[in-house]
Amino acid sequence: MNATATAAAATAAAADGGDGGPIIRFQKVNKWYGNNFHVLRDIDLDVRRGERIVICGPSGSGKSTLIRCINRLEEHQEGHIVVDGVELTDDVKSVEAIRREVGMVFQQFNLFPHLTVLENLTLAPMWVGKMPKKEAEERAITQLKRVRIAEQAGKYPLQLSGGQQQRVAIARALCLTPKIMLFDEPTSALDPEMIKEVLDTMIELAKGGITMLCVTHEMGFAKAVADRVIFMDQGQIVEQSTPHDFFDNPKSERTRDFLSKILGH
Amino acid sequence: MADHRPPPPQRFSLRSQAFRGVLYQMLAIGVIALALAWLAHNTLENMRVRGIQSGFGFLGSPAGFDIGESLFPYESSDSYWRAFLVGIVNTLRVAVIGIVATTVLGTLVGIGRFSRNALVRGICYGYVELFRNIPVLLQLLMWYLLFTEMLPPISDAINLGLGIWVSKSGLSIPVPVWQRGQTLALCGAVLGLVAALAWRRYAQLRFEQTGRPLPTFLPGVALVLGIALLGWLVGGAPTAWDVPVKGEVIVDGGAAATPEYVSVLLGLVMYTGTYVAEVVRGGIQSVAHGQGEAASALGLSRGQSMRLIVLPQALRVIIPPLTNQYLNLTKNSSLAVAIGYPDVVAVSNTAINQTGRAVECIAVIMLVYLSTSLGTSALMGWYNKRVAILER
Amino acid sequence: MSTVFQPIVARAAPVATEGIVPWVRRNLFGDVRSAIASVLLLVLAAVYLPQLIDWAIVKAVVQPDAETCQAARGVGACWGGIVEKFRLIIFGRYPFGQQWRPLLATLLMVALLVASCTRPLWSRWLVLLWVVVVGAFFALMGGGIAGLAPVQTDLWGGLPLTILLSTLSLVAAFPLAVLIALGRRSQLPAIRALCTVYVELIRGVPLISVLFMASFMFPLFMPPGVNINVLLRVLVGITLFTAAYTAEVVRGGLQAIPKGQREAAVSLGLGYWQTQRKIVLPQALALVVPGIMNNFISTFKDTSLVTIVSLYELTGSLGLAFNSDGDWRPFKIEGYLFIALIYFAFCFSMSRYSLWIERQLNRSRRR
Repeated sequence: MNATATAAAATAAAADGGDGGPIIRFQKVNKWYGNNFHVLRDIDLDVRRGERIVICGPSGSGKSTLIRCINRLEEHQEGHIVVDGVELTDDVKSVEAIRREVGMVFQQFNLFPHLTVLENLTLAPMWVGKMPKKEAEERAITQLKRVRIAEQAGKYPLQLSGGQQQRVAIARALCLTPKIMLFDEPTSALDPEMIKEVLDTMIELAKGGITMLCVTHEMGFAKAVADRVIFMDQGQIVEQSTPHDFFDNPKSERTRDFLSKILGH
Repeated sequence: MADHRPPPPQRFSLRSQAFRGVLYQMLAIGVIALALAWLAHNTLENMRVRGIQSGFGFLGSPAGFDIGESLFPYESSDSYWRAFLVGIVNTLRVAVIGIVATTVLGTLVGIGRFSRNALVRGICYGYVELFRNIPVLLQLLMWYLLFTEMLPPISDAINLGLGIWVSKSGLSIPVPVWQRGQTLALCGAVLGLVAALAWRRYAQLRFEQTGRPLPTFLPGVALVLGIALLGWLVGGAPTAWDVPVKGEVIVDGGAAATPEYVSVLLGLVMYTGTYVAEVVRGGIQSVAHGQGEAASALGLSRGQSMRLIVLPQALRVIIPPLTNQYLNLTKNSSLAVAIGYPDVVAVSNTAINQTGRAVECIAVIMLVYLSTSLGTSALMGWYNKRVAILER
Repeated sequence: MSTVFQPIVARAAPVATEGIVPWVRRNLFGDVRSAIASVLLLVLAAVYLPQLIDWAIVKAVVQPDAETCQAARGVGACWGGIVEKFRLIIFGRYPFGQQWRPLLATLLMVALLVASCTRPLWSRWLVLLWVVVVGAFFALMGGGIAGLAPVQTDLWGGLPLTILLSTLSLVAAFPLAVLIALGRRSQLPAIRALCTVYVELIRGVPLISVLFMASFMFPLFMPPGVNINVLLRVLVGITLFTAAYTAEVVRGGLQAIPKGQREAAVSLGLGYWQTQRKIVLPQALALVVPGIMNNFISTFKDTSLVTIVSLYELTGSLGLAFNSDGDWRPFKIEGYLFIALIYFAFCFSMSRYSLWIERQLNRSRRR
């Protein structure tokens, strides 16, 4: 795919959210922290509807920053990001519209400790989605069943284990029926025996057809579920290919270096 | 064969830890009891030698001294009981208004330290550091000096407009002449408050049923003010005001606040405000950054995120040290004795000088302050249990 | 997708976000409200700040001449009063010719405090140094030995008295506070109850009432005929008061030590007092140094209250200096500003230091 042709097509079409085009498009996106730390360099990326992408790379490579730009938790200084036909700018209304379509799961779970599990899930549908309480609670229970944790609905987050909390966080993000799910190192803060339960939940979610971008070190997950694996280093996309090609035939020296480090032991 | 109950406890041994524990405690209690007995014996001896009677009976006899200011009528021929009561009411006058004012000031400054404007941040920081590092007694003395020396005497009293006069003798503000209309207005305000709370409940139910939030704050305020206005109209719409008029010797009319009261209030509010500001700042900082991010990621606006997520968690951290500061303000009001404001400590001091009954009078002071502190601690314990974030 | 990877070289941001101009733009004129506030505050400063500097510095009178000061009333500050009364403010009623003694004593004490705050000097010798310097302080101030003329304690005053009261009360309160903190955590119910009652009682009442108690009731508690001088009474009062608050600080430190430490000590065969002395207390006390420093700052400020029971420390000696002299009385406010500056200088530097120590301790604890 020619980069300039893609760019021309994007600038020609006003709102490109229809069934043909990509659901997320990054065009020559650049971001700096301060004056000198060039954290994202000329990122060009198209994400198709329903595509499942795993982003990996050494720490400091900008992978978390990349996905945080998608729901405007971080702001980019140069380039264009279009999510489901809406361009990300400083306009508050468009940012709020995008956040309704994009769900995020954090490394530190970030559940609200003063609310019960059920209240954590019904909060956004009621206050942002303007849903009546009963309907919100029904939807919440459905999502809790989906992540297999419905029996804990009345408990408070800090009464649950790490794995359970992360599954609640996934259910909370799903309550708004987002089109895109972002995962920022969801298992990095978990004890080893709890990683499996969260990954299983994510695999089931992936099989359901939702668009997923996942920053993770769990290569087993990538091999099981990903359509595309992206390797980032020093702020740019070094290599992207199918899992098969990525793990078996890495093209770049840097990719080979990285893979040997994380798969070697 | 064996039944599964634990075996009965061992026989009591003289060398066991438990026995040693009992021994130490008996020793400690014995020593303290002996010390107290010795102190009591000395005290009684000394009082006998100096001819001082003991007992609280003196509280009934006439006090024989005047008190500078009082909320209700008091003569020097009234009993000591009444004098102490005046002192307690004076302390409360400073404490209650001081607590409200310092909360407002401290909260504004605490939030101001997170302002986007560097000048505002700097001023808040400067205020906190300046007023925190100077002793509160010195601050009270400076305010008092300011009011008594910088302001002109009565004959040249300054008119701040709206009928407010300020001079060396204090502050006079106009007050409405209290008639039936005002009483009805007050009843109306209370009714309005009840109506506002009922509206809140209704709005909450509607929101849960339909998902559409109804405004609660503005209608609530409108209800309180509207029904109060209705009450005032029904009472004949009285508009008479008691406006202070500057005379030769005094400013006549209106409500007056003595320079002692104003300086105690100002000094305590400015000093305690710094601590309240730090408590508020610490509370807001204690809410993890990730909470705000998760709220944004869910699509909540900044106002919703503050109201539903950040403030409830921040308040849990703020309230206990905040009540501690309220107690500190109340305790610091005892310094009013240094500038002549007749709070309970000042009255007690005069009583000691007149009757020599140090033990009884100090006991009264300590009782007043202790009941306030212990009462607030109990309330705080109950509040903490109720809002505690449940953990494993 | 190209198969040859071309690394992109980092470049600088197109719009600078660091540097003076961006900082001003972001912090002073970030949005409309911020800009309005900045303009308003800068205008206020431009109007009032020059007037303040004019009064305090430019037109101020420094000569100790009452008439010049009177002439400059309302136009310039009268620092001359402070120059005139300097010795009385700083040293109180101490005999004029002997004032080198409190000066030396204060310098020694301040040096000791600074030395105690520098970590490299924390060792056993420091304790010995404390004993020596405190002894020297009393010898210098009180006299009666080594050929120094004796000076009664009720003549001690001013800054030396402030420093003496705050330092000595913390030193005396500290062992008491440790015992009380241990007592509050004891398994023996009677001990725990006694210590809790003491702490809650003292913390529930204002310092002034404790000072009144010490001042009025202490003589009654002693056998008839025994005379306690005012300084001792006040010292006992402040010590008992400080001990309660310090006990709470130490208790916080004890609570922060994980249970595992005690269990390890017990399994090694150490008894209660050995465990406390060698394992628990050293760790707990290192944790509470910032808290104790805050306590010291509070005590330093609270010593101003002893003015109310007739001991003339810094605040009181200022009153003495200005109230009695009719010529200088109108310029009391400048005097207040002067001692406010002294208190501020001491307390601000101590609180900065306490914050620094806290950061150091946190850094060493983070893994």
